[in-house]
Amino acid sequence: MTLIHETDYGTPARVSATLVTLEIDGRSITVPEGTSVMRAAMDAGITVPKLCATDSLEPFGSCRLCAVEIEGRRGTPASCTTPVAPGMKVHTQTDKLAKLRRGVMELYISDHPLDCLTCAANGDCELQDMAGAVGLRNVRYGFDGENHRAAAKDESNPYFTFDASKCIVCSRCVRACQETQGTFALTIDGRGFASTVSPGAKESFMDSECVSCGACVQACPTATLTEKSIIEHGQPEHSVITTCAYCGVGCSFKAELQGTTVVRMTPWKDGGANEGHSCVKGRFAWGYATHKDRIMKPMVREKITDPWREVSWEEAVAYAAERLKAVQAKYGKGSIGGITSSRCTNEEVYVVQKMIRAAFGTNNIDTCARVCHSPTGYGLSQTFGTSAGTQDFRSVDKSDVLLVIGANPTDGHPVFGSRMKKRLRAGAKLIVIDPRRIDLVRSPHVQADYHLQLQPGTNVAVVNAIAHVIVTEGLVNRPFVEERCDPKEFAKWEAFIAEHRNSPEHLESRTGVPADQIRGAARLYATGGNAAIYYGLGVTEHSQGSSTVMAIANLAMATGNIGREGVGVNPLRGQNNVQGSCDMGSFPHELPGYRHVSDDLVRQEFETAWGVTLDPEPGLRIPNMFDSAHDGSFRGLFVQGEDIVQSDPNTHHVTSALEALDIVIVQDLFLNETAAFAHVFFPGTSFLEKDGTFTNAERRINRVRKAMPSKVGRDEHWVACALATAMGYPMHYETTSEIMDEIARLTPTFRGVSFDKLDRVGSVQWPCTGLEDDDTGMAIMHGETFARGLGRFVITEYVPTDERTTRMYPLVLTTGRILAHYNVGAQTRRTANVAWHPEDVLEINPVDAEVRGVKDGDMVSLASRMGATTLRAVISDRMPAGVVYTTFHHPVTGANVITTENSDWATNCPEYKVTAVQVARSNQPSDWQVDHAKNDVERKRIAAANVLAAE
Amino acid sequence: MSHAPSGHTKDLVRMANQIAVHFATYPRDEAVTETATHIRKFWDPRMRAGLFAHVQSGGEADLHEVARGAVGLLQAPR
Ligand code: SF4
Ligand code: SF4
Ligand code: SF4
Ligand code: FES
Repeated sequence: MTLIHETDYGTPARVSATLVTLEIDGRSITVPEGTSVMRAAMDAGITVPKLCATDSLEPFGSCRLCAVEIEGRRGTPASCTTPVAPGMKVHTQTDKLAKLRRGVMELYISDHPLDCLTCAANGDCELQDMAGAVGLRNVRYGFDGENHRAAAKDESNPYFTFDASKCIVCSRCVRACQETQGTFALTIDGRGFASTVSPGAKESFMDSECVSCGACVQACPTATLTEKSIIEHGQPEHSVITTCAYCGVGCSFKAELQGTTVVRMTPWKDGGANEGHSCVKGRFAWGYATHKDRIMKPMVREKITDPWREVSWEEAVAYAAERLKAVQAKYGKGSIGGITSSRCTNEEVYVVQKMIRAAFGTNNIDTCARVCHSPTGYGLSQTFGTSAGTQDFRSVDKSDVLLVIGANPTDGHPVFGSRMKKRLRAGAKLIVIDPRRIDLVRSPHVQADYHLQLQPGTNVAVVNAIAHVIVTEGLVNRPFVEERCDPKEFAKWEAFIAEHRNSPEHLESRTGVPADQIRGAARLYATGGNAAIYYGLGVTEHSQGSSTVMAIANLAMATGNIGREGVGVNPLRGQNNVQGSCDMGSFPHELPGYRHVSDDLVRQEFETAWGVTLDPEPGLRIPNMFDSAHDGSFRGLFVQGEDIVQSDPNTHHVTSALEALDIVIVQDLFLNETAAFAHVFFPGTSFLEKDGTFTNAERRINRVRKAMPSKVGRDEHWVACALATAMGYPMHYETTSEIMDEIARLTPTFRGVSFDKLDRVGSVQWPCTGLEDDDTGMAIMHGETFARGLGRFVITEYVPTDERTTRMYPLVLTTGRILAHYNVGAQTRRTANVAWHPEDVLEINPVDAEVRGVKDGDMVSLASRMGATTLRAVISDRMPAGVVYTTFHHPVTGANVITTENSDWATNCPEYKVTAVQVARSNQPSDWQVDHAKNDVERKRIAAANVLAAE
Repeated sequence: MSHAPSGHTKDLVRMANQIAVHFATYPRDEAVTETATHIRKFWDPRMRAGLFAHVQSGGEADLHEVARGAVGLLQAPR
């Protein structure tokens, strides 16, 4: 594959039903009304020189290089800011224009260093290209005048440099930061010759508001803003289109390489999810793939106190199979099981669940989605009939009201967060329901109309109260409900929700939200036009997670906000392939495509295809596996790319369960926290080494392509196949595409999916049933009818959680994530992203801090009835009094030592968001931290002489 | 090494009661059937057996009334 150069049309595409025909350089061209002359020319294959224009940004008209002549008009208008008109006759190349352009370039170059040969942008510099295009041959002004060529470099950002001497003040960076990213970190200071670009108030990039998304670097036409990786390596020579492996936005990227070395990741303009934008993680934080901590060889050990011993792949597989079989022989088939990872591809997940169901002969298979979005699966399938969000991301452009509950998109789903902010700046209204004042509540040019700052654990009460207002104030969309929903269920729900106990006034003392604010927000949601709900783990990770999901679905149905663009119910998925891992049959009660294992017809289909008998009973979910390990009925576990010890709640409970197991097998990039309890370790592959697909939060199936060969010499699915085979069930795939073909054959909603098709059309959104290329699936679901037929209202009684604050534990801890890191941080902690978040900190309200004598930056102990840990406190008025917040990105903090085993009633999704705690000043690590530090060294030893020992 | 079995049983009781409380807003029959269906659809057989055993050994009183009904329904020959 060669280096892919995406065409820059200069100005954004316009959508219009009215078409305009004009003539450019004698060629006739027809384009939508509103298109710029520059873009129309490009459409006709005519390139107009340009510097300040690029098609990701609105035109600005400052460089004058794109001047054209238009018959009947005076002067030389800028083609980037001039819209087309019917019958217009444009000339892009005349002697007059040539002279003018040369003059413009001469001015730029006279104030520009002439070190092109040694410049990092050599070969990828628009200034250089334009000098060539206009035929610049000499600079009459000389180079000795007043200039900026000695301006200092800002190298504070770990990923890019800012070399002001090369800046041509085209303001593309400033506009990218405003329009694309929405951070407004850059400004142009001064006027005329004195003008310069600077972050914030003349700060360095690191000290400014900059979130390192890289949009400005991508927009910069010169070497002023340049990736450090390009400075180090030089320009790439080929590209591979692939998908980011961090969050559920699922951004498409061009991995740009020299041989097998990635030198840059550039977001892909044609990516359906991101349309050319990215965040700091996807664009910059890929260095972990080649980090020295990666384990390259399989390893085994008898006991977890032994050092690891490197062995061959075959030996590791045989050893694992033997131990698993021994356990099953003694304790029965159901004594072992496995966990799939939402970080792996659909194909890898599918193969692991097949190994467990077919080769292990049990349905003890679960996925890390258990601990994040399992309530989404349950709640949306009960109400709408599918376990997925209803919209594509683009839909937000048509929303008039956004209701964001329990999600922090600017940190958790940054690229979508930017898209949301763009819509909000254009006038959409915003309701935020969150205990914390998240950035979205107040950020440059964005201000929430309502911020319902509720007590953690009262989501159902608040959503019910909103529904109460809608029902009792006559705001229900009756025609929609009558046509689309089950009337009996609606009648029951309507009677329930109208009761006084669901009124905002009655619930005010519980939720802490003033009733009039709830009433105002309810009216806005019901009557403000297209209203869309976006939610995250702040909804699901509660004892009533599933109830909140259903309460949200009730709201959307009651107001008719479902089934078209701009509306809907949208779970923002945590990890890159949460949607996919659920789709692929990773739940113990469901085969691929969300079909219950007790369904004889479905089971028979799989039994025929796989040639085995399948268990008709549901298996254990992750928390049940731990409980059964304590009981002694569950004794062997295969863990694919997940770090349950760090990510799952109540660490003591998890580690003691793992210690009770006879055999633990871990497949991962690194010796993670869970590997400390393992007996067999299989090295995994990073996304840059994978071939397959990820499915994002819009149900969009994107290709993941190998940018480099597997560093460990095997594909990940090889292990599952080899292990299944060693267990007595032969499994083999020649290519990864065969796996997808099998999925498509067995799963109706995936019938139209194949690698060939994805390679041709880019991406599809399931359900995708047609084999033809014009079937790219469904962008918006439940258009005419719900997937289950009639929408079903479910009664969602508010039930306070059992986790209550007490005198001992008077504060509520809620947990979350931040922009720079991803989940347990195994990847991002091994990149320069630690510059933004070197440790987990505890955010605490000034009042709570003061009564405890805690000052900003103090070390504090954070204790719950489960355990304690010590970490740094940061005083923050984003927190309401009585609520503290931390993240779980760093293992030394062990935030989950604190969290409890309490869980969602329907799905056992842990209640991460509510734990009663106490905070006190402390200057020593907790007991757990001391033990952890000791075990961390002991349990991760790799025998030095292992190669010899193995022989 | 492992916790006392009562720890696990306590969790099963908590989980069964949580389910019952959710469905308890529906008419009694519906509530019992839905609770039973939920447990049958999502619980591994050993968990159901654990719950039944707890009821058999006199733990009935720990259960929400709807959950008790559901256990009865689940144990009835189908
Ligand atoms: S990296 Fe992103 S946030 Fe930072 S200045 Fe550039 S565009 Fe703005
Ligand atoms: S830094 Fe780059 S994009 Fe920004 S004004 Fe200077 S040349 Fe233009
Ligand atoms: S982490 Fe998410 S938002 Fe950032 S680049 Fe990757 S997929 Fe996109
Ligand atoms: S590209 Fe049109 S004025 Fe700069």
